[in-house]
Amino acid sequence: MILVVPSLIITLMYFMFQNAPHRPGTPPPFNNACLIMLGVFPLIVMFLITSITMQRERVSGTLERILTTPLRRLDLLAAYGTAFSIAAAAQATLACVVSFWFLGLDTKGSPILVFTIAIINAVLGVGLGLLCSAFARTEFQAVQFMPVVIAPQLLLCGIIVPRDVLPDWLHWISNVVPASYALEALQQVGAYSEPTAIAVRDIAVVIGFAVIALCLAAATLRRRTP
Amino acid sequence: MMSSSSDELLRNGVEPVIDVQNLRVIRGKRVALENISVQIARGTITGLLGPSGCGKTTLMRSIVGTQIIAEGTVTVLGRPAGSAELRHRVGYVTQDPTIYNDLRIVDNVRYFAALYGTDSNAADQAISAVGLQDHRTALCGNLSGGQRTRASLACALVAHPDLLVLDEPTVGLDPVLRVDLWEQFDQLARSGTTLLVSSHVMDEADHCGDLLLMREGHLLAHTTPTKLREDTGCQSLEEAFLSVIRHSTATAAG
Repeated sequence: MILVVPSLIITLMYFMFQNAPHRPGTPPPFNNACLIMLGVFPLIVMFLITSITMQRERVSGTLERILTTPLRRLDLLAAYGTAFSIAAAAQATLACVVSFWFLGLDTKGSPILVFTIAIINAVLGVGLGLLCSAFARTEFQAVQFMPVVIAPQLLLCGIIVPRDVLPDWLHWISNVVPASYALEALQQVGAYSEPTAIAVRDIAVVIGFAVIALCLAAATLRRRTP
Repeated sequence: MMSSSSDELLRNGVEPVIDVQNLRVIRGKRVALENISVQIARGTITGLLGPSGCGKTTLMRSIVGTQIIAEGTVTVLGRPAGSAELRHRVGYVTQDPTIYNDLRIVDNVRYFAALYGTDSNAADQAISAVGLQDHRTALCGNLSGGQRTRASLACALVAHPDLLVLDEPTVGLDPVLRVDLWEQFDQLARSGTTLLVSSHVMDEADHCGDLLLMREGHLLAHTTPTKLREDTGCQSLEEAFLSVIRHSTATAAG
């Protein structure tokens, strides 16, 4: 289901935009929306999966138990990160293939770059999910972190209202949420054939956020608890 | 067969496997453990007995090294409890079976084998040791309570630990299985493993060489089943334990 659903939703969007009018000379609106989805899906899905899985580990006691084994905390995070990133990579591959080949998504920049950004978003989702799992007492609470952590990012990152026309204080907030940079990078790739400086900077920023989230998550893994 | 007691071994100058000195643990606002000092020798089975909520699990977690302690020292195999070098050598089985329900038994045990750095041979041996070889490919979520407990035990046995800390491993098991498990514990002790087993069922105490009686965060006595009977003049260990409690409250009041 993880694999197929994003592709299906992107296909659904394709048909939504099929008869939508657009000015000649500008890219079809589907292009923009599809790019956004390719970036957003890995973030949301990986956040959900990781936060719930890790929350289960914490509550069931398996986390405490595996922390009494010689396992190092970084190994644990790396294992989680890679396992889920592989799932995310498979998902993003399928979604990209469907979008670029069957639905005629056209970007000026390389599809590989779109794919890369999708993966980095997935790792960011894993990091945020691991971190949030520490603050949820039940799986039910873990799910509720999604609207708390992900929804404001999606609202402020420029999908609905361009960031430039946001009021100042919201603009400031949107400057410090990783999704803004992920989206900007995707739009840059959509608009320019070569990777631009802005796109590279944005990708670096998102990677930075992912690393910070993973490090904070590592700090919540305690071998000794009260 | 009953294993020998810590007391006589330690008198002969054997280095203790567990050495707890003046341990004090605070959980939340309550004092969970108060001034606990105890030494346990290699190759013994020590029963940790007391009513539920008396601090058994907290003491076990302090020895495994997952509990933040307020005062005192806990030394295991010559090192501070929870040291990195000890993680290969101490096996811990929590009260609720901590296994992954969506994995098969064999995958659970192999996973822990990988964490401890042993191979899948060791995993198969551990599964046989707890008598689950006929169910090795069953999903843990579909197992009965007793089978899950044993699967959880197998995940600790796979490491061939020097010290095995078992939190109420026989709760909810039928009498036949309980006898089986205690026989296995005996075997492990004979091969040099030190076992610390908690229980709130007094009739299991006879399987242990040593007894630690706890109540409300205090250690009432470190004794042996025989000595406990002699001291209290009671035949049943249940009565003996009650008599120790009455005695200790009387001393505290007087």
